[in-house]
Amino acid sequence: MVAVAGEMTASSLEARVRFARRANGHLAFELNLEIRIGPGITILFGPSGAGKSTLLDCIAGLLKARDARITLGQSVLQDSAAGIFLPPQARHIAYLFQSPALFPHLTVEENTGFGLRHLAEVERKAAVFYLLEVFRVAHLGPRKPGEISGGEAQRVALARALAPSPRAVLLDEPLKGLDAELRSSIVDDLRAWNRANQLPILYVAHQRDEVDALGARVIAIDRGRVVSEGIPHAVLDAPRTKRLAHAAGFENHLTAAVLELRETDGVMRARLAGSETELELPLGYAAVGDRVRVAIRAGDILLATQKPVALSARNVLEGTIDSLEIRGATVVCRVSAGAMFVVHVTPGALRSLEIATGKRVWMVIKTHSCQLVEE
Amino acid sequence: MEALWLSVRLAGCVAAILLVVGMPLAYWLAQTKWRGKFLVESVVALPLVLPPTVLGFYLLVAMGANGPLGRLWTAWFHHTLAFTFLGLVAASVLYSLPFAVQPLAAAFEGVDARLLHAAAVLGAGRWRTFREIILPLSIRGVVTAVVLSFAHTLGEFGVVLMVGGNIPGVTRTVSIDIYDHVQSLDYGAANRMAVALLLISFAVLSTIYALNRRVWSLWLAK
Repeated sequence: MVAVAGEMTASSLEARVRFARRANGHLAFELNLEIRIGPGITILFGPSGAGKSTLLDCIAGLLKARDARITLGQSVLQDSAAGIFLPPQARHIAYLFQSPALFPHLTVEENTGFGLRHLAEVERKAAVFYLLEVFRVAHLGPRKPGEISGGEAQRVALARALAPSPRAVLLDEPLKGLDAELRSSIVDDLRAWNRANQLPILYVAHQRDEVDALGARVIAIDRGRVVSEGIPHAVLDAPRTKRLAHAAGFENHLTAAVLELRETDGVMRARLAGSETELELPLGYAAVGDRVRVAIRAGDILLATQKPVALSARNVLEGTIDSLEIRGATVVCRVSAGAMFVVHVTPGALRSLEIATGKRVWMVIKTHSCQLVEE
Repeated sequence: MEALWLSVRLAGCVAAILLVVGMPLAYWLAQTKWRGKFLVESVVALPLVLPPTVLGFYLLVAMGANGPLGRLWTAWFHHTLAFTFLGLVAASVLYSLPFAVQPLAAAFEGVDARLLHAAAVLGAGRWRTFREIILPLSIRGVVTAVVLSFAHTLGEFGVVLMVGGNIPGVTRTVSIDIYDHVQSLDYGAANRMAVALLLISFAVLSTIYALNRRVWSLWLAK
């Protein structure tokens, strides 16, 4: 079975991969998952070390997993049961790394045309020009990679990867280190290009803001396994593991002991470890006396300088301001209330509430802002 | 002057052969993940630590009329390989092997693996990746390998003496010639030869190192 280049029907990429890496005889890392990616952008999200790059390397054929079945549309890229393994050259998959990896001795035009050797000179030039135009770097044609900026280099790398009419696209945090504006303009160009091509695109991200900007389907993985998948809000606002919660921007991680389950209300009460502070949490798979982990986003906690009354929020915790740190438009407050909480407020709120170190405050936390996570 | 011309011819042949032989060997060394790689590396590096007489001795035995190589050679060409120009070339190729292979392997290994991966997913096979990516980016190592094997062969003494003997125009290289003049107390002639070798060596090295810098800056603008 051989992949057919330039097949026009929209196809999906399916991969079931088991890959183990050993170090000193121990199992250092195991990837064991199954994913299915349809046309359009799917985000692969997870903390560093989750196995994102390993999965991409397996799909591209740069790594050979011992047990895997990877298909793209009708063609089988790898089927270890049947002894099939197509080398990367025969897979017709575009792969963009974290670094642009442009060939330093070739010009932007020569780089872009590298995968088009099968075309005649005239056609190749036309294809190169078209893609450089799509990614707004046509004016850089005769320059060497050393003479262009990081953002331009990534645009050229995208044009080079997409030039040979791939059948799927893998992007491994390709826009790392670029500012948000530049990043979203490059992604917009990629989307526009894919409107006509309808390829499955797997986009690795480990920054929350990148996922929000892409706003597509998300597959969250951690420690080599798929943890959850769905639309970004569903996946990232309810992270299932502590490490994923951290990556998704949950600053507060607390441990609590379950005191009481209220199945009819869909909630449970728990006491924070090492204190008398009690929290109302969404009902989870737990029994009274179990220890649970709770993640809360710093931006989801409200601060009040007087004890609030008549609120729908169920958790009102009294504490004192331990420290303040101004980071751009955000003030990071550390509040001591049995455990140490991180709360984000705006500088304006800080001024009008006259919040200062040592001041007595009340934290307001909605029950469903508390996410139960696994270790 | 005959000795000088012979030395230059010998060094040129050896450098050319080593470039052709050394490249696949160095590429293999740079790419392989074989556990026994260190064994091959050690064999390649042996001439660096062995006295030339050891290598020369075994080569002489092998090439001699009763040696395995010598017998084959004699059967085909009706004269021995030892004490001929070709025998000298063969011995020098072995003796200068590390001077070609090591800079080549280091240069090939120095090429960013991501570039090789990029070439692979863009459809380039091993040969095209080597020719269009690895080789141009290793040009400095290639130049170094050629210069070192040329210069090292030019100044060789022990192996030549063992394998080549001392036949004017055939195996009497500059270094042997100088040694002969010193032995017969003809310091004037020895000096003339020594100065000539010194100047040639310096000229070759400085020309190529200067060129090397230029080549490099042309490939990698800024």
